[in-house]
Formats: sequence, C-alpha cells, structure tokens
Amino acid sequence: MSNARTPNWLVLYAIGYLIFLYAPVLLLPIFAFNDSAIVNFPLRGFTTQWFEGLWATDALHSAVRNSLFVALTTCVISTVLGVCAARASTRYQFPAKRGIMGLIMVPLVLPEIIVAVSLLVVLIQLGLDLSLWSVVLGHVLICVPFSIAVLASAFRNFDRSLEEASLDLGVGRVATFFKITLPLVAPGIISSLLITFTISLDEFIIAFFLTGTDATLPVYIWSQLRFTAKLPGVMALGTILLAVSLLLLILAEWFRRWSAKRSGADVESSAGGLF
Amino acid sequence: MTTAQAASGGRAWRLPWLRSDHFTGLALVSPTFLYAIALLAMPLLAVVMFSFWTQDYLQIDRTFTLANYEEAWSEPIYQLLMVRSLAIAGVTTVLTILLAYPIAYFVAFHVQQRKALWIFLITIPFWTSYLLRVFLWKVILGYNGVLNSTLEWLGLIKQPLTFILYNANAVVITLAHAWAPFAILPIYVALERIDRSLLEAAKDLGDGPFRRFWRVTLPLSMGGVVAAFLIVFIPTIGDYVTPRLVGGTDGLMIANMIQAQFSKANNKPLGAALAISAMLIVTSIALLIFWLNRRFTPGQR
Amino acid sequence: MSASGQSSEAQDRPIIELREVKKQFGPVQVLTGITADIRRGEFFSLLGPSGCGKTTLLRLIGGFDEPTSGSIAIDGRPMAGVPANHRPTNMVFQSYAIFPHFNVSENVGYGLRSQRIERGELERRVAESLSMVGLEGLGARAAHELSGGQRQRVALARALIMRPKVLLLDEPLSALDKKLRQQMEVELRQLQRAVGITFILVTHDQEEALIMSDRIAVMADGNIEQLASPQELYSRPVSRRVAAFIGVMNFFDAQVLAEQSEGITLEVAAFGKVEVPRAQIPGKMNGSRATVGVRPEMLTLLFDESDVAERELVGEVVDVVYYGDMTYYDVRLPGVEKPATISMRNTAGRRVLSSGDKARVGWGAESIVVLE
Repeated sequence: MSNARTPNWLVLYAIGYLIFLYAPVLLLPIFAFNDSAIVNFPLRGFTTQWFEGLWATDALHSAVRNSLFVALTTCVISTVLGVCAARASTRYQFPAKRGIMGLIMVPLVLPEIIVAVSLLVVLIQLGLDLSLWSVVLGHVLICVPFSIAVLASAFRNFDRSLEEASLDLGVGRVATFFKITLPLVAPGIISSLLITFTISLDEFIIAFFLTGTDATLPVYIWSQLRFTAKLPGVMALGTILLAVSLLLLILAEWFRRWSAKRSGADVESSAGGLF
Repeated sequence: MTTAQAASGGRAWRLPWLRSDHFTGLALVSPTFLYAIALLAMPLLAVVMFSFWTQDYLQIDRTFTLANYEEAWSEPIYQLLMVRSLAIAGVTTVLTILLAYPIAYFVAFHVQQRKALWIFLITIPFWTSYLLRVFLWKVILGYNGVLNSTLEWLGLIKQPLTFILYNANAVVITLAHAWAPFAILPIYVALERIDRSLLEAAKDLGDGPFRRFWRVTLPLSMGGVVAAFLIVFIPTIGDYVTPRLVGGTDGLMIANMIQAQFSKANNKPLGAALAISAMLIVTSIALLIFWLNRRFTPGQR
Repeated sequence: MSASGQSSEAQDRPIIELREVKKQFGPVQVLTGITADIRRGEFFSLLGPSGCGKTTLLRLIGGFDEPTSGSIAIDGRPMAGVPANHRPTNMVFQSYAIFPHFNVSENVGYGLRSQRIERGELERRVAESLSMVGLEGLGARAAHELSGGQRQRVALARALIMRPKVLLLDEPLSALDKKLRQQMEVELRQLQRAVGITFILVTHDQEEALIMSDRIAVMADGNIEQLASPQELYSRPVSRRVAAFIGVMNFFDAQVLAEQSEGITLEVAAFGKVEVPRAQIPGKMNGSRATVGVRPEMLTLLFDESDVAERELVGEVVDVVYYGDMTYYDVRLPGVEKPATISMRNTAGRRVLSSGDKARVGWGAESIVVLE
C-alpha cells in the first residue's frame, strides 16, 4: 500500500506503546544496580552488591541447575514428538485426523492451572512422588503444540516435489529424509528447540504444582518475592535472565534469517514466527 | 537401464497396505497422540472423576456425589469469583486487543523495510520471566512505587494513588501488558494477508481512508481479531500469578481458589469441581465466539 | 540388457504400454480407463484442459502413485508395485523442484552421487549434462540465484544425467514468459532428437504440443479423446471437443441426406449440399444430424473477378483483427447465426476489407471435416 504519509498520531501511538511494553522490563537493570534496598525513585547510586549476593546463594544455584535440566529435557522430548506429529499432519491423511490433532493441540487453549491440577490428581492417585520429572511431563504437554505449530509451518513451506524429485533420482525414502527433508526443515527444528526451551524455563504454575522438593528457577523466584529485603536481589536475577533471554532470542532471529536466505525464502515474510 | 535400477534388481513392495498413507500417518502421529492421551485426556478424566468424590481431611471418599458441584455453583463466594474472573478476563481481552490493533496495523501497513525488526522488538519484553514482569508491575503501581514516586516528584499529585494496586484494576493492567504480543501477532498476520489491491480498488471506487479501513481492512482482519480474543481470553481466566501478586483481596480470581483447595483448604474434590466448572464455562464461551465468527464472516477461511 | 543386443522385434515394441489404467481418488474417478502405447524414441504429449487427468497419468507412469486398476508396463516390464526410485523413468517437475540448499552442480549430480560413482567420472558427467542444456560454467551458482529458464534447464540436466528410458515432463514451460517459452519449445525438441529417448510431456497449451510432439493424446474427463500426430489432430479431429481444443475451428450444423459406403451427402447450413468422402469423417456418426468443421485458413476471401473457388458464398464482414502476418475476418454467412472466422495471409498488395463490407467467400468440399 503506497503511503503518502503515515498519520502522526499512529507513530506517536507506536512509540508510546513500545514505552508501555518496555517500561517494566527496563526497570530491572535500573534497580539491579541501584544502591538501595527499596525499589523506587529517586535512584541512590551504583552498586554490584546484589549480583555478588546472588553468586553466593546456593539455593539459587540448585534452582538454576534444576531449571536447566527440566528445560533441556523438555525441549528435546517436545521437539521429537512435535516432528512426528507435524510431519504426520502436513503430509498424510489418516482417520480421525482432526480429533487426534485437536487433542494434541488442546493445551494451547487450556489454562495452565487445569493441566497442572489434572496431572497432580493423577500422580497422587498413582501414589507417585512429585519430582523434576513430573514437571517435565507437564512441560512437554504444553510445549508440544508450540513445537507442532513451528514445525508444521516449516513442513508446509517445504515443496513436496523436492522429496519426489529425490525419490525419482533413485534415492530411497530414508536417505531422502536425511539428505533433503531434514536439512531444509532444520531451521524449524532449531526454532522449536529454542521456543520450547524458553517456555519451559519460564513456566511457573505447572512447576509450582508438580515439583517435589526441587525448585525450578521461577519457583525459587516466587519464594523470594515475599521478602522485601530480597527485592534488589530478585532484580539482579531478573536482569541476568533478561540478558540471557535476549541473547537466545537474538541468536534465534539471526539463525532464522540465515536459513531463510540459504533456502531462498523471503526473510521478511517469515517474521510472524509461530503463526 | 541405469546403474541404480540394475543394482537393486527391481525390488518391489509386496505389501501395499504397509505403504498406505493412512498407516504411515497414524504410525507417525501415535507417539505424540499416545502421550496426549496418557497425560492429558486421562488426567482430565481423572479430575472429572475426582470432582464427584469427597475429601475428609486426608481421606478420599469415593462415593459418587454431586455435592461439590452444588457447592461450586451455589456458594456466593465461588459465584463471585467466577463472575469476577470472567469480567476481568473479558475486560482485559478487549483492552488488550484495542491496544494491540493499532500497533499491528502500524507494522503491517506503515512499516516498509524492517517489519521483522519491529516484530522482534515487540516480542523481546516477553521473553523475560512472566513472574518478574508481574512483580515489576507491583513495583510500578505500589504505594511507594515507581509511578507514584515519579508523579509526586513531578508535582502532579500530592498523595500517592491507591486505586492502582491490590485490586482488579491492577490485574487488568498487568495482564493487558502480559498478553500484548499474543494479541498483536495474530492481528498482524491477518492484516499482512490482506491483498493490498483490495484497498486500492476501494480507493479507486471513492472511499476515503477511514471508510476503507472500516469497510475493507477491519472485516478482513476479523479472523485475526477472533484468534487474538481466544488466545488472550482463555488463559487469562485461569491465571494464578497476577491476581495473587497484584490483586489484593478484590482482585482474586478462580485459579487462586482452585489452588487453595488443593493446598491449604485441603478439599481437592472441590478444587476439581471448580476447575471443571470453570473449564466448561470457558469452553462454551470460546465455542460461542467461534461460531459467531463463522456465521458473520462468510467466504473466509 | 544393452540396446545393441536387441532384436528388431524388441525395438518395435512400445516403450510404454498402458492397459485400462484407472485411477480413483475417494469418490472421484480421475482416469476412466486409459489404453495406449507410447513408441520408443518418440516425443509424446498428453494434452488437455486442467482436471482432465493428464498429470495424474504422468505420475502413474513415473511411479509416484499406483493405478486403482489396470496395468502399466515399461519396456515390457510390468510396473505394478514398483516405486518411483526403481523405475527407468525420470521426471522434470512443474515447480522444477531444485534443491535450494545445493548449488547447480550438486543438484545435477544428486542422483549419481548416491550411486557411488568415482569422483572424476561424476564431475565429467555433470559437466556433460550442463553443456547439453546450455548451462556450461554455471556449476557453482547457488540455487536461489537462478532465473526461471535456468532452473528449468537444471531440472532437465538433473533428470537426463540419469539416462532414463523415458523422460517425463510436467508442464515444464508453463512458468516461463512467452518469448522464453517459444525458444524452449524449439530447444526441447532438438534436445529430444539429440538424446534419442522417449519424452512424455504434459501440457494444456496446444501450441506447445503441436510444435514439439510426434504424437499427441488429447485428453478430457479422464479419457483419451484422440491419439494421433499433430497434422492428423489438426485436420481430422474425431470430435467437436478435440477440434475446438486445437487451433480455431468454425462449426456448422448439418443434416445427413444420404449415406453410402464411399461417403455421405450433407445439407450444410450456408454451404448447401455437399458430398463428403469417408476420409473426411474421422469420428463416429450418430443419427441424422451432424456438425461440420472448417478451419479458418480453409476458407478464402475472393477479391478480384478472376478469383474463383469450387463454390462461392456472399457474406458480410462483421469484424477485422490485424495480427501482423495474418488478418482475421469475422464474416456473417447467410443462414448461420455465428459469424465464421476466415484467416488471410497479409501478402504484398492484398486488399484488406473493413467492417460492413460485402465479401465473397470461397470454399471447397475437401476443406470440410465432419464431426459427430
């Protein structure tokens, strides 16, 4: 659409909206370095004591370890299950396809508390202990639909005749999958791994309900929020998380652009990501 | 004959049914499907079953009873929570969409070069911990918080504002912020998909910018708006963290009560009944919206 | 089995034998029973409108799908249950299917690489293939840097390097612009002659089929309407549908007056009584009504007194379209509602008529073909 001029109010709105979006987030680094135990303006000076305090906290270290374990396990399992389901859904027709895919994707529209509660009930009934593995089970459930969304889009953008051409040239089905399909779908797989990893890392309520004595990072943070004295420490932790997430995101975005260029797809058109 | 065919000896598939699309498709989807059955469908059924039982301290009594549902639907406290949850979710969703639409429109129509960058910028804040973001709103809206201290320092108010925290308003604001990108993205994608030549045709036929928006752009983007509505509304109703941190007593929602039943109040069957009831209500609303959308936007996907 | 060891009998056997091939997708019958032979070394086209089943048939021959019933044999070998990667065919896909993560050489050599051919030999054959399609020196170019025409050539090279017995082409020229398409039509024909293998082409463009093919199967509704050489299809179509699909045809209603073994006598609208020999009746006759077809170039405009034709009519010019080397006239003939199209070559000194002019139209009985 040719635009002679963009209405000023719209530009102002866009800028204002971005400020609204970023406002809370920018507070994190500001107060993480603020030399005050109370979190408000005016600022009182620069310090790194809160970060140093974090380094000394053992509970935090184990929470980080637990979160990494859960997130890594979740992202691998979800992506594997996602590849199978996305491939089945985009390539094949089979009976009850709608119902099956519907059930798999339902966690997208279920409030997480329902998922948490139902898994809890089952685990109690079966007399099983709650542990990090119960958290993984819950996380995989909510991550698989995201994995499928990303991968289905990758499979759909993938010209089917590429596989037929490979077959036609004498290469068997399995070899075709590894030579043609997988390399071209790899960006989608990496995307799925990153997205599910991040979702799991950040997820609170399922972890809250289903973890035994091992806290994940969000659960640890929750436990700290009651104590006003710990607030600056929480700010410092949040700043670190923000930096790590940013890094992951930039990596993911750079990767998306690189692979789009390599396979000749339009860089801008895949910007919507999941959708 | 090429070397490949000579070497393979023309081996043929002797079991055609093994090659069939149906079988391969089912085989591929089965691990994921079975996982969903085992960890979603079965547990949900278990919750349903649980909701028909009663709990006495630590003992679960398995006689079938509708007592929990009676309690869930007739006790004023639960009714209040449910209605409030619906109201908060509804207001939040509408607010989020109203705020999100202009920015989605801006990026779709008024950004030529770097759309991907804008989308990226919009999504960055949401890759931080959700807990922390909610907590930060508490910090911002508090009595001694950032907003109040800034306004006082600027001389705009004498006393700190109290109506902005520990009530439903705070919940709405926080959630509207939290769910922003989930509303922006579907609307953006729907707007991007609109064929620009439709707008040029409308222009050619005499419509000014506002009429073009109202008669062409808005209706064609409705699919995205409905998607945004469902994506925001459904999880919002079941949100636990935000009401807990910034809702005070007036902003508590149904999820908080469900969690209480599962821990302190120690009445898991009641919690299950509340959860199922909430789910039923939400599902009916979602289906209603979905059906309404289907009915009033013919000729679209 | 090497070609030099074959007897002349084996040489005469068709390379592809289709017998009652049917294909059904759910409730839809896409192919209703195709029986045909495709000859060794010929350029064969499947021509028809979209939905007629031509691409489906091509895919069945290539092994990307199995027929619901019926048989396909390639070089005498039945192909039932044989998947695509084991058939002596190779396909050029409509989208070209160039692997985006490989460059030109890697694409062309893809099929050979999986056969464990020694590297020097592989490189030699890739270079040979590339020069055969006019892409020598472009081996290192990335897939996304290629133009449409170049992609098509890469797809060709990639298929031909496999030395198939039959090359299948699925609407290979439809994505190209007109000038390029015309150039490729000639090149494909020359390529086929140079390589000497059977080409089977699917297209909806009758001009393409006419220019390139030795024989054409005109398809409609899952059936072959007529299988013949371009000349025969053009001058002796068996049905109105085939006649209308190929080139432009004027249709006139006719009444059968009498039928004999050597031919029939018709009363044709505007033309009057005509005796038509059997040779000009390629289709089946049913009943007393018939449709007569006359090509625009078989009718002529008579300008001077000295111009004569076997028979003559007077009509009125309704429309004139100038086309460079030809002029097309729409002339209303007496007793016929729809104006007939007559084409005249724009030779030096020839007069040109305008709308409203009276025209003398000449024709001869041998210009008529009787359909249905």
